[in-house]
Amino acid sequence: MSFITGVGLTPFGRHEGSSSLDLMSKAAQSALDDAGLKRAEIDGILCGYSTVSPHIMLATVFAEHFGIRPSYAHAVQVGGATGLAMTMLAHHLVVSGVCRNVLVVAGENRLTGQSRDASIQALAQVGNPDYEVPLGPTIPAYYGLVASRYMHEYGVTERDLAEFAVLMRAHACTHPGAQFHDPITVADVMASRPVAMPLKLLDCCPVSDGGAAFVISRERTGKTGVRIRGCAQAHTHQHVTAAPSLSELGAEIAIARAKEATGLAISDVRYAAIYDSFTITLAMLLEDLGLAGRGEAAARARAGHFSRDGEMPLNTHGGLLSYGHCGVGGAMAHLVEAHLQMTGRAANRQVRDASIALLHGDGGVLSSHVSMFLERVRRASV
Amino acid sequence: MQYLHRAFCAACGTGGPREARASGRGRVYATSLVCRAATPETRVHVPYNILLVDCAEGFRMMAHGDNGLAIGDAVTASFKPFAGKLVPYFTKEA
Repeated sequence: MSFITGVGLTPFGRHEGSSSLDLMSKAAQSALDDAGLKRAEIDGILCGYSTVSPHIMLATVFAEHFGIRPSYAHAVQVGGATGLAMTMLAHHLVVSGVCRNVLVVAGENRLTGQSRDASIQALAQVGNPDYEVPLGPTIPAYYGLVASRYMHEYGVTERDLAEFAVLMRAHACTHPGAQFHDPITVADVMASRPVAMPLKLLDCCPVSDGGAAFVISRERTGKTGVRIRGCAQAHTHQHVTAAPSLSELGAEIAIARAKEATGLAISDVRYAAIYDSFTITLAMLLEDLGLAGRGEAAARARAGHFSRDGEMPLNTHGGLLSYGHCGVGGAMAHLVEAHLQMTGRAANRQVRDASIALLHGDGGVLSSHVSMFLERVRRASV
Repeated sequence: MQYLHRAFCAACGTGGPREARASGRGRVYATSLVCRAATPETRVHVPYNILLVDCAEGFRMMAHGDNGLAIGDAVTASFKPFAGKLVPYFTKEA
């Protein structure tokens, strides 16, 4: 078994003068403090990447900087799925006895460390260098293509997608660490500047500075444990040109494998933490995972189904869309929030029951997927 | 049939696949009109329409095309200069 014994998250937004290592260190220290563990007790380190400060050995750079000499360490790169992929690896390292306590960490000064153009350009390189990049696409354009097709096949509208931007903003308004705290309406989203149609500015996550970290351990600490019940991945393509049809995307494959690995069903899930780089990403993943029927996610959002008091509270911190997106740490914030919800520490955002959470991450253009189930375990036999 | 170039068949690994010339005809599978570009070279072209086109021969490709194109439109390929290179460009079939 493996447990998430500690979590750490910085506010997202502008951290003027902070480097990627500074933000990683800040989040890592919070996670260690939360777990009640000392540096010497950490024997594994997994870290993400930084587009601002790329390095071929970021995990050991961080280990030296932070002051840990681990017996296992390296970086992981799966785009937006990196955080959950690291968590899955940490789970297996702990379960197989390789490590006792693995620190999973990422942070990046993506907003203040480079120009917005540089960020957009760096990320567009997930496209094919010969067949796609010469056409001048951006990440919003890759997802804009997917969105246009999804809307065409399932009758989803731009107003439907806007619901998710509104929902994530409403959630961010209740979290002091979120990048955005001004409420928005569907009309605001519709009137926002076109980026890559059908996606407009408020359909897109921002670029942020921030950091996130967690500790995955063989033994639980604290009175409420959060256990990794099981997880699975699926990788169907890298480039959107080579993507399978909408009914064969990796989210459906990953969730099927995760359900099989855990014996859990979607009906068991009480809290959802789903990747939301764009409104279309969230709408599609909710439907691919079975958290809404095909073409019905927006109607559910509109009816309050995914709100804090709804049947399936979703990304109660505000998600990438409104808490912010600092690269790998961006989607790790979803897990931090799930952990706070499961351990009853989400303050004014606390949901009624987060006993079982479903997390899902996506990297590339719906290319790489990780689905994960977390389960709350109360101290019973101690 | 494969589109992204490799020296082998990605399904079976056999080397030396034969290159074939496509007719240039196809149907629009997806569109995204780019209104915010990230480089000075591409910014002078905004807005430009990026397409995925299902070609008659059975492969899918990314290209540019006329701004008014809709999913399902029958289209024909030509080439146009873009940011210092020639890129495939689709217009509605006459």
